[in-house]
Amino acid sequence: MEKPNSWIAHVEAFVDSARATNQQAASVDAIAVLVHKDLLTLEGLVIEMEQYLTTSDHVIRARGILLLAEVLSHLLEKPLDSRTVSSLVEFFTSKLEDWQALHGALIGCLALLKRTKKFGMVESNDAKSLAESFLRNVQVQSLAVRDRKLCFEVIQRLLDVYPQAVVELGDDLVYGICEAIDEEKDPRCLMLTFSLVGTLGRLFPDPSGPLGNFSSDVFDILSRYFPIYFTHPKGDGLDITRDDLSKALMDAFSSSPLFEPFVIPLLLEKLSSSLPSAKLDSLKYLNSCVPHYGADKVVKHSQVIWSNLKDVIFNLSPHRSSLSTYGSDGDMDSEVNQIANEALNCLQTAISHLNFPDQDSFLCLIIDDEDIGTRFWSVTSMKNYSGASTEIQCQLSALGSILSIASKVSVYCCTNVFQKFFSCLMDILGVSGKHASKLCVTDHNTCSDGLNFGALYLSMELLTSCRELTLSSKEFAPEVISEPRSWFYVLKNISRELCDALGSILETPESAEHVYCAVKGLQVLATFPEIYSPVSEATYEDILVMLMSIITRRNKETYLWELSLKALVQIGLWIENAHDSAKAISYNKLVIQRIVSMLQPNDSTISLSLKLVAISEISSIDLYLLTIVQAFEEAIVSNLRACFEGNLKSSGVLVPLLQCYSNQVLPRCHTCGNFNDIAVQVAVSIWNQIEYVAVFRSAILMKDVLDQVMMTMKHLVAGCTEENQFLILQKACSSLPKTFLIAESLPCALSQLEGFQCIQDTTLMSCRDEWVFSLFGSVVIALRPQTPLVNVKILLNLFVVLLLKGNMPAAQALASMVNKWPADVNKSEVSYSLDQAIEEILKSCLWTSESSSNFIDRDSCFQKYVVLGLAWIGKGLLMRGHEKLKEIAMLLLKCLVAGKNVDITPFQQHENGSKDVGQDASSPLATFAADAFHVLLSDSEDCLNKKFHATIRPLYKQRFFSSMLPILLSSIKESDPSSKKVVLYRAFGHVISDTPLAAVVGEAKKIVPTLADALAMLSLDILNKDMIYSLLLVVSGILMDDNGKAIVLENVHTIISLLIKLISYPHLMIVRETAIQCLVAISVLPYARIYPYRPQVFRAVSTALDDRKRVVRQEAVRCRQAWASIA
Amino acid sequence: MTLGMINAHPVVHAKKERVARSEDLHSDDALDALDVFDSVRDIKDPEHPYSLEQLSVLSEESIAVDEKLGRIKITFTPTVKHCSMATVIGLCLRVKLIQSFPPHFKVDINVSPGSLADEEAVNKLLNDKERVCAALENPSLRQLVDECLYSNELYSL
Repeated sequence: MEKPNSWIAHVEAFVDSARATNQQAASVDAIAVLVHKDLLTLEGLVIEMEQYLTTSDHVIRARGILLLAEVLSHLLEKPLDSRTVSSLVEFFTSKLEDWQALHGALIGCLALLKRTKKFGMVESNDAKSLAESFLRNVQVQSLAVRDRKLCFEVIQRLLDVYPQAVVELGDDLVYGICEAIDEEKDPRCLMLTFSLVGTLGRLFPDPSGPLGNFSSDVFDILSRYFPIYFTHPKGDGLDITRDDLSKALMDAFSSSPLFEPFVIPLLLEKLSSSLPSAKLDSLKYLNSCVPHYGADKVVKHSQVIWSNLKDVIFNLSPHRSSLSTYGSDGDMDSEVNQIANEALNCLQTAISHLNFPDQDSFLCLIIDDEDIGTRFWSVTSMKNYSGASTEIQCQLSALGSILSIASKVSVYCCTNVFQKFFSCLMDILGVSGKHASKLCVTDHNTCSDGLNFGALYLSMELLTSCRELTLSSKEFAPEVISEPRSWFYVLKNISRELCDALGSILETPESAEHVYCAVKGLQVLATFPEIYSPVSEATYEDILVMLMSIITRRNKETYLWELSLKALVQIGLWIENAHDSAKAISYNKLVIQRIVSMLQPNDSTISLSLKLVAISEISSIDLYLLTIVQAFEEAIVSNLRACFEGNLKSSGVLVPLLQCYSNQVLPRCHTCGNFNDIAVQVAVSIWNQIEYVAVFRSAILMKDVLDQVMMTMKHLVAGCTEENQFLILQKACSSLPKTFLIAESLPCALSQLEGFQCIQDTTLMSCRDEWVFSLFGSVVIALRPQTPLVNVKILLNLFVVLLLKGNMPAAQALASMVNKWPADVNKSEVSYSLDQAIEEILKSCLWTSESSSNFIDRDSCFQKYVVLGLAWIGKGLLMRGHEKLKEIAMLLLKCLVAGKNVDITPFQQHENGSKDVGQDASSPLATFAADAFHVLLSDSEDCLNKKFHATIRPLYKQRFFSSMLPILLSSIKESDPSSKKVVLYRAFGHVISDTPLAAVVGEAKKIVPTLADALAMLSLDILNKDMIYSLLLVVSGILMDDNGKAIVLENVHTIISLLIKLISYPHLMIVRETAIQCLVAISVLPYARIYPYRPQVFRAVSTALDDRKRVVRQEAVRCRQAWASIA
Repeated sequence: MTLGMINAHPVVHAKKERVARSEDLHSDDALDALDVFDSVRDIKDPEHPYSLEQLSVLSEESIAVDEKLGRIKITFTPTVKHCSMATVIGLCLRVKLIQSFPPHFKVDINVSPGSLADEEAVNKLLNDKERVCAALENPSLRQLVDECLYSNELYSL
């Protein structure tokens, strides 16, 4: 046991109201910990604190009681015996009388009431006396917010945990609560009071009980809040929204049927309010109250409810300008739409709850309503949607919604609606079933000329809701199917004729709306669940044939064609979901086989692009994906073969075919699971084709076809697992020309290569070899890092040789290999490390590794290949963050400045002299090297990206940028003002424009002067126009940055004169536009610095007013205004 | 002088939708009437917070452009016959056009025939270079013009 003097200091600290708040909180914690650890008993605490708890100084007394209460709220999980709890409750109950110490007493009561049975809770008779004392002594509404909140929490806790005990208090309790919640205004407390009323409703269900006596008072208090008017700003820290409050009040309203006599009239009155939010709330509340109050209470209001709902639905039904947007309303959130939707929800609730199998049901109100009848006739006299008035269009849509909601509710309702309306609709449409309607007015002139759109629309709505009905109710009573009066029977009898009628509408469609409804109707008829299908097998097949014939014959009518395709896809998806085997067979026979046969070369029904659209849409049905994939494979293989044999027409087919295959169909295979098998099979058969054809008939390369085949191959390989990739790789290896591989594997390969390389003629490689090697490269590009490579050395050699001959995929494959090279050599089968490999590559590329000067003597074509190859390999290294990159970067730099140190050979001088007359006297090698930086830093679609499993270190571009920048800047500085500078600027430009802007802006201080020089110099050559644009974007990025602005200001003279020059840049419109925009951005810089340039800018801009392009002119006006307003 | 508004309750028309120009990358965009209209349609009326377009003072049809000869001809219609603001409107138009189009265009601004009581005088005033310059040197007039040109408190319907 702790000595009292050790903790009494804490008590004193808490009671002393002069102490800081956090110190007081710390004292409570300290005491609570002591009690929790049994170092101090509660009795001991109370005894020691006696003078604080009972003193007549009310400030100290209040603090003392508060301390005890706070300690108790920390001890909710501390076991206490019942005697202790009981005496504490007694103490706090008595303190409820002490208004000066009420805050502590409330906290104490709440803490005790929150205790659970496990740790010792308050006895129910103690709770009852607490409640009595509370009702007698506490005047809730005279307290401050925090105490009111505590009070409500205490009552809520009492009602929730001790219902039996408090119910005995009866009228006193209800009256007390009424008094407590009256006139409450704080949202936090309101949330509690609403829930209190809800609990009361559950506790006192008896109409003659206490709540029955006070229900009108309770309602009187609550009704003032309806509809919730809540204007607190969002960031008030209360975290309560209008919706929360509205929901809480709704729960309170619907908690007890005793409120029914008051609530329903109020809601109906507010429903006719002009305030949209009141309307919306009334509908929501009504929707919630009707099921809670029960049918027998609400039924007397049905007539009024219906007429109110009818008003809302007919007046606020959203108007659709065209039915084609049906189902996907753009402004779903608009208040009007919300109200209309809520009204329909409410209607559904009412119909399903106020549903008696006699004349009084809510449904009868609807279908016997004369108003509905007249509206029905008025909308069904509508021939054409777009020709009708807006009012009629709205009425049609509203009536459609009402009928569809009504028939969706139950079989009984559906049958009734059908009897009343469906047969009439059929008559109007000219579909005569065996059951002619008796209800239908006979003298209504059925249309002979033109189809009645209103009727068509309504029947489509009815059909849709029938289908939903069959989906929602799991099983029907058997009489639904056999009973001749039921909707099912009616529909079944007429389905054949209906299908034919819809078909004939599609034959000669009158408008887009007709087409929409007819196709939709057919789709609905074809997608009923198997047992409830109103259409026979034969009719079902007819529907499919009808839609298919639209696909194959009527490709000119785009809207119809697309809708039919969508409908077919939906039907297919439905079969898949419903596992309907019988329908699946006919679907396969009539749709899939037909669609697939369109891929055959002799099929000439519709254009290839449409075929591909159709097939890729249909391939979204997983069930038939395999069939479609196979068809694709066959088509690809046969076209490929034809291509090789010189059939140019096939090459035209092959490109879109492969595009569709790799972009649309293949990704779907991933989801359905057997991607690997499919991919291996296709890849292998492509290789087989190549093997099969020894010599290509066609002399030309068919570059576009090759590119597309390569891309497809990459997609195929990239999606496979390691094992399957290995299979494809093996197949590819075996297809390589044998002589090639053997020659490379000889130890003297390198010496042979020398001779080989001397011949720069690419015609040495046959067209077929080009294909084989490029495809082989693509396979390697897309491999996963873990896929084992065999004969790595030979592969490297092969790719190097190909690279030197200018084969781009080989360079990329080499880069991929380097990029994915296993980091730990010992663990893998690769015999030598990445460093060795790169040494090897560099050696073979540059002839001799000691000096690259030899290399500079080579002719420009060869140099181009080497530099490009190095760039790709460098990119591979850069992305994985390998330090060998440095070597390559240095090599490239050396090439950039090469001409300075090494004498230009006579050959090159000659070439330069003949080619370039102007300023660009830089050697081609340097230009290649400059462009290599673009390869290094740009993202490529072809290789080294996430899709093809590249190793990508985060921020690799930024890292390269910050390491290269100083070197580039210093070499620019050192180079004499000659032609060399241009290429250095070019390299600099690539680095700057390909690095993420944020990194560049960070270094703005260093780069801005050079950037300006670079722009000035590069703008002299038309070939650099794209780079000028990207550099200008960098400038504007810097101008947007606060830090950057300061740096621009330092160089403002250079920048402004540069931009002024670029305003008249003749080669690219966006350069002019961006330059003017930059000038606008500059106009916000400090006035004193830029004012001197104002006349200059005006002159430049006024010439831009006469620009050839409108955008530039408009930009110029804006710029002129911006600079005019600084004065 | 607080004589009240000249036309206190003007008829306000809906704005026409802006035509998005198609981007033709290869050919030149010739200056046309719509260009001119686009640049002047949002000028605020000196009296009301509505644009000249909304008050139907201007329309695309009332503007003629001949790019080859370098001429722009605008005819505007004041809302009421005795509108003394016609000169201010004309001045605004002229300033806006000077700022937005190359200086070699000759700009003619006239009120539409029969729309104004002192039609001839106003036309003469508006096309007199000296008088326009003089008017723009008058600070209060200049401020009024600037307010009309750069106002962004237009009401929309």
